[in-house]
Amino acid sequence: MNTPSIAAYNFAYLDEQTKRMIRRAILKAIAIPGYQTPFASREMPMPYGWGTGGVQVTASIIGPDDVLKVIDQGADDTTNAVSIRKFFAKVANVAVTTRTGEATIVQTRHRIPEEPLSEGQILVYQVPIPEPLRFLEPRETETRTMHALEEYGLMHVKLYEDIARHGHIATTYDYPVKVEGRYVMDPSPTPKFDNPKMHMSKALQLFGAGREKRIYAVPPYSRVVSLDFDDHPFEPQTFDKPCAMCGAESVYLDEVILDDRGGRMFVCSDTDHCETRRAKGHRGELAGEIPEAAQ
Amino acid sequence: MYVAVKGGEKAIDAAHRLLADRRRGDRDVPALSLEQIAGQLGLAVDRVMAEGSLFDPELAALAVKQSRGDLIEAIFLLRAYRTTLSRFGYARPVDTAAMLIERRISATFKDLPGGQLLGSTFDYTHRLLDPALATDEAVDAPDHRAGDGAATPRVTDLLGDEGLIEPDAKGGAEPGDLTRISPEFPMDRDLRLQALARGDEGWLLALGYSTQRGYGRTHPFVGEIRIGEVEIEIDMPGLDFPVVAGRIRLTECQMVNQFKGSAKEPPQFTRGYGLVFGQSERKAMAMALVDRALRARDFGEDVVAPAQDEEFVIAHCDNVQATGFVEHLKLPHYVDFQAELQLVRAMRAEWASAPEDERREAAE
Amino acid sequence: MPARSEFAAGFADPVRDSQTVFRAVMDAMAHPGRIVGVAPELTPPTPLTATSGAIVLCLCDSDTRLWIDDNSPPAVSEWLGFQTGAPLTGNPAEAAFALVLDGEASPSLGQFCLGTQEYPDRSTTLVMQVQSLTGGAPLRLTGPGIDGSTTIAPVGLPRDFLTHWAENRARFPRGVDVILCAPDSVVGLPRSVSLSPERV
Repeated sequence: MNTPSIAAYNFAYLDEQTKRMIRRAILKAIAIPGYQTPFASREMPMPYGWGTGGVQVTASIIGPDDVLKVIDQGADDTTNAVSIRKFFAKVANVAVTTRTGEATIVQTRHRIPEEPLSEGQILVYQVPIPEPLRFLEPRETETRTMHALEEYGLMHVKLYEDIARHGHIATTYDYPVKVEGRYVMDPSPTPKFDNPKMHMSKALQLFGAGREKRIYAVPPYSRVVSLDFDDHPFEPQTFDKPCAMCGAESVYLDEVILDDRGGRMFVCSDTDHCETRRAKGHRGELAGEIPEAAQ
Repeated sequence: MYVAVKGGEKAIDAAHRLLADRRRGDRDVPALSLEQIAGQLGLAVDRVMAEGSLFDPELAALAVKQSRGDLIEAIFLLRAYRTTLSRFGYARPVDTAAMLIERRISATFKDLPGGQLLGSTFDYTHRLLDPALATDEAVDAPDHRAGDGAATPRVTDLLGDEGLIEPDAKGGAEPGDLTRISPEFPMDRDLRLQALARGDEGWLLALGYSTQRGYGRTHPFVGEIRIGEVEIEIDMPGLDFPVVAGRIRLTECQMVNQFKGSAKEPPQFTRGYGLVFGQSERKAMAMALVDRALRARDFGEDVVAPAQDEEFVIAHCDNVQATGFVEHLKLPHYVDFQAELQLVRAMRAEWASAPEDERREAAE
Repeated sequence: MPARSEFAAGFADPVRDSQTVFRAVMDAMAHPGRIVGVAPELTPPTPLTATSGAIVLCLCDSDTRLWIDDNSPPAVSEWLGFQTGAPLTGNPAEAAFALVLDGEASPSLGQFCLGTQEYPDRSTTLVMQVQSLTGGAPLRLTGPGIDGSTTIAPVGLPRDFLTHWAENRARFPRGVDVILCAPDSVVGLPRSVSLSPERV
């Protein structure tokens, strides 16, 4: 019987024709920053919604000399990140790392690493809903026309209604940006804390939405501006306290519930950043010594 | 001291070992063979082939076994394998008029050329649980009928001879392929039918049902349902006749719907079409109802019901996409949730410090 | 395995070579103006160079219509047809890719497929051979992918290229993208960049 076996798959899983199709879409996406380029997304061996778009992008660009880092929620050890990293180690036989600085390709879900990326690095985002206007207008036929006409009034109305109702823009992640003054783009569900990192980044940023069949890109050194109003300027999140483990300030923190009596602590969401700092001797209030896991 | 959660990799490996254990179940009970699944759970295998979009009973049986009988998981397994297969060529359109018929019924004519043939059906069985099936009791051999070689023309062709039904879509145009393009809306009927043929049976069933209850009514009659095997023919370079690559079993439903006419054309019945791998009347019929409903625009009908809404129906009919996205909600989202927590806390703090009358204003 | 004639020789290692060439092209498109080395072992028929030939092999197949210079020798289109299976078109306005063997004789950019406002990605990518990427009149580039500005000085661009490029830029998001190919390196010119003569 013709039982499928991993040995029968091409380097990086995808067949060459599929890679060519995705590569063409990537080049067009780079040429039209922020525009959602349609592509003939394939079924992947992990579910839609679990990173199939990012995986297809990574599989189409990766080569044997690459070093891959995969994060989910900023962490290398979250189950989905582990699963995707194992997939590439298996089908592409590439070196993997948890160190942001060592990676040539970083595939991410929901975070941008704290350590600024450098030139030559590629950040691949997993995107569930690539259309920033989707929750205002569910129809693709309508949103496509809005992008064509650069008709983004609806988005501003939505953000302004938030302010009227809540006193704040109530979008805390998936916060829309405008790329190079033309396309309004969904940065993927990263917290708005990370939006400023996209602006003039030295790295190439590629976005893959598998289920929705779209690829988009922000080239290096591109203007990425979070939408806002003169009287309500964009404000990324800030945290009152530093990381309880490494003492880092101005980083995004996870809230960890320690007990059922209201005990809470805040630690770096970016595990590599936290471990690197602790290895250098930085200490937060709850870290007396270097935990074993960081060694 | 706090140590961040680690060990995702170990946890995954352990979970998968446990899955393998549960899949196998009691080791004192013999394991299911693929022959047993393909032979005795044939309709499950058919559904997996239809929505998995790959006709291979053995692989589909493997997928059913591997998925512990979760058919959407099995469909997903088959799809993920199918997408890696290279294409050697494109078959000619199958000719269902030349089908080796196992079952054929028409609700529109009492008798017709080729006759009514019940075949293997649950219809008219009394749905009483049968204790005999709990054991391996002997089963009688079925009657066999010698084929008389007579043709079994499609009901729609018989109606078409009189011009009573709209002609079939003009042949010749190269049909699109959803698996090779990024679909766009509005969509042509060929791509819609492909999407429906791969679409979730439950989704189509509910939508088809809704048209019967008045949400986009089309006055349907089952012109014909036929189930049987057809030949797959492929043109080979250098040969001026097609080569038969094999046979597949199909279920076809031709739904005859209420008429349309215009200044240019006299009134005639309209069509809804369903075609599915394997034996699945429910799916083929539901597909035919939804196909007809989605043709509302072609006939100048108002698009008022969900089943007529192309973008709504097609964008949500794929259960592999749907299950992935619904189930992805169980992935960690704590970074985004943290962002929401912060905002709610900030808003609650503002609320607590605001005077009573401002709160009332804000609530209005 | 049958002996491969020189005519038939494509990539020695198609999977790896395609990936290497693609990454170079992607790098070039993400950093317009940067000279990126692309020197694969490939022996296409002249005047097609290994560099531009490799790019066509890397990106084209039966799903992409390819337009080739009117005065290209038949050996080039035969080789590319054999290697890629890409259907050829004589109409630049319906080409997904255009291979311009002689940059100086290129049709103006506006004659190629420019995409639509709804689908600006459906436009031609030009693979344009030039004599050299250095030594010509310096041109200043600005736009996404460029830290401030950068300079290129290609030799062998089409006449009036700056005018046609300015028109192309003005059509954004519609427009063509160009990959300039010297014999061993490339420069990417996505539609998003602006070109002007460098004031010395």
